[in-house]
Amino acid sequence: MFQLSPEGKEQVLSELKRYEAKQSAVLPALYIGQRENKGFITPAVIQELSKVMEIPESQINEVFTFYTMYNKKNVGKYHVQICRTLSCMINGADELAAHICNELNVKLDQMTPDGRFTVSEVECLGSCGTAPMMQIGNKYFENLTPESAMNLIRTMK
Amino acid sequence: MAQETKYLSEFYHLPEFKGLTGYKKNGGYADLVKALKMPPQLIIDEVKASGLRGRGGAGFSTGMKWGFLPKNNEPRYLLCNADEGEPGTFKDRMMMEKAPHQLIEGMIISAFAIGSKKSYIYVRGEYDESIATLEVAIREAYTAGYLGKNILGSGFDHDMDIYRGAGAYICGEETGMISSLEGLKGQPKLKPPFPAVQGYLKKPTIVNNVETLAVVKYVIRDGAAHYKKMGTEKSAGTKLFSLSGNITKPGNYEVPLGFPLKDMIYGLGGGFKPGRKLKAVIPGGSSAPVLNAEESEKALMDYENLAQMGSMLGSGAIIVIDDSQCMVQCLANLTHFYHHESCGQCTPCREGTGWLDKITHSILSGQGRLQDIELLLKISDNMKGRTICALSDAAALPVISFVTKFRDEFEFFVREGKSKIKGTAYKGTSHVEMHH
Ligand SMILES: Cc1cc2nc3c(=O)[nH]c(=O)nc-3n(C[C@H](O)[C@H](O)[C@H](O)COP(=O)(O)O)c2cc1C
Ligand code: SF4
Ligand code: FES
Repeated sequence: MFQLSPEGKEQVLSELKRYEAKQSAVLPALYIGQRENKGFITPAVIQELSKVMEIPESQINEVFTFYTMYNKKNVGKYHVQICRTLSCMINGADELAAHICNELNVKLDQMTPDGRFTVSEVECLGSCGTAPMMQIGNKYFENLTPESAMNLIRTMK
Repeated sequence: MAQETKYLSEFYHLPEFKGLTGYKKNGGYADLVKALKMPPQLIIDEVKASGLRGRGGAGFSTGMKWGFLPKNNEPRYLLCNADEGEPGTFKDRMMMEKAPHQLIEGMIISAFAIGSKKSYIYVRGEYDESIATLEVAIREAYTAGYLGKNILGSGFDHDMDIYRGAGAYICGEETGMISSLEGLKGQPKLKPPFPAVQGYLKKPTIVNNVETLAVVKYVIRDGAAHYKKMGTEKSAGTKLFSLSGNITKPGNYEVPLGFPLKDMIYGLGGGFKPGRKLKAVIPGGSSAPVLNAEESEKALMDYENLAQMGSMLGSGAIIVIDDSQCMVQCLANLTHFYHHESCGQCTPCREGTGWLDKITHSILSGQGRLQDIELLLKISDNMKGRTICALSDAAALPVISFVTKFRDEFEFFVREGKSKIKGTAYKGTSHVEMHH
């Protein structure tokens, strides 16, 4: 069972009124659901959103599976997303990702046992002039070296 | 010495330009005041006469696009494309974060010209900072009376809002963006009807890139004739280029269209690391066919010249590749991207991107066969011009150009089972696995 908090529900209801079409609220509502469910979406989240929004589950589910920013499984408290695309790759994104995985002793998309980190590779984040780079949570970290990235990661508790 | 022409970016170095007060101090909203006194059709005519072409990729005449709107009172939308997903591109992010009001002012003027009471800025979901900056700026604009009812006493009403994407390159394609804004999967729709006739919620919708809409303010400020004097005859104005890759001074640089690529690389970009030299350039975002060193030395950064060279200006993202890079690996990186981003609606694109990804990675792992090289070309050929949107072509064109221009590297890899440049093969689809 998953239930939105009263504030979460309030936000979903206001998103329903925000756009010209009610359906437009599905993307923002999924973000709210994800935030309130420790960062990932489950069938229970979809059920709850469907009930609150009065939009069929199938329609919400379709949207959920289409977009990469809705997590399909539990991710660490810090989701380390390393850009893998060309400008970053030719500036050492591969060494960066390999080093971080080695230091944290995980494979890509695997969570550390303490639940703190998941390391993933993502496509171009629009930060190619400061390559290589990664995003953790909402923040961009740019012009990295394997060492500087690990130093940043070590400060995250 | 190569120099920038800071036209749009004149005040980007001033932190105060981000806020309403600092923006107004430097000419902000003066052109909205001016535009609201002009007949809307005159604004459209000026934009047409300025020669402004869309900065999002296709380079279509902005004034002409606006002219496709039905001439009636039907409600219409203005949709700003801030999805910026084309690998190599990072100029819209800078514009939104350094000068949010410049975009907002450009949008209000554009909306007034086309008679739209409602606009959305569709920002890619990862751009948290851009969204936060725009939110503050939109609020400031409402408070100052530049948005809302009866703007500056003109009788014109306009509301503006932000829509946050959720991670899908295909939502940068205008009809994919409209689907997404409608709260659906971001799948492109068959054209025609074009969005200007039938877009968001089946209403006429103009989709323009961030940079395009910001320019509108300056066309009003300086007039079409002045704007048209910058750049070349068919590629008017300045453009923000995102320079990245193997280059000493990467960054966004504003120059007039027609600027020599070599001045961008060796002048503004500061050239290469010691001991390295130019091998290839992707001049217009990852979808643009690659240029070899010789072509890059001659290329001019405008729509016509790059088209003549068999490539394109695209989003203005210049990815520089030096002689330490393996072109097979570079291409495999891109085929993986397009495979990941294909929305799957059209068979040639869904299957084609899958095969390109698979075959390039098979070559990369040392398992390639000689016939794979021809196969790459054949598959790419079959992907062109047969699909709902241009992603399929965007995935195919780089392949053809890489394989044709750097064929020796592909043949070496297939023959020897390892990279001609790096001397090794790689495993798996991810480069992390490659190193293990
Ligand atoms: C696969 C694909 C991705 C695109 N991504 C973007 C993008 O991120 N930003 C953008 O402005 N245009 C993008 N475009 C182009 C848009 O479809 C559209 O032409 C553009 O937003 C129109 O604005 P403009 O005329 O001002 O350039 C993309 C096109 C395709 C086919
Ligand atoms: S060409 Fe590809 S991305 Fe475009 S609509 Fe078809 S399947 Fe989707
Ligand atoms: S290629 Fe990594 S941010 Fe663009």
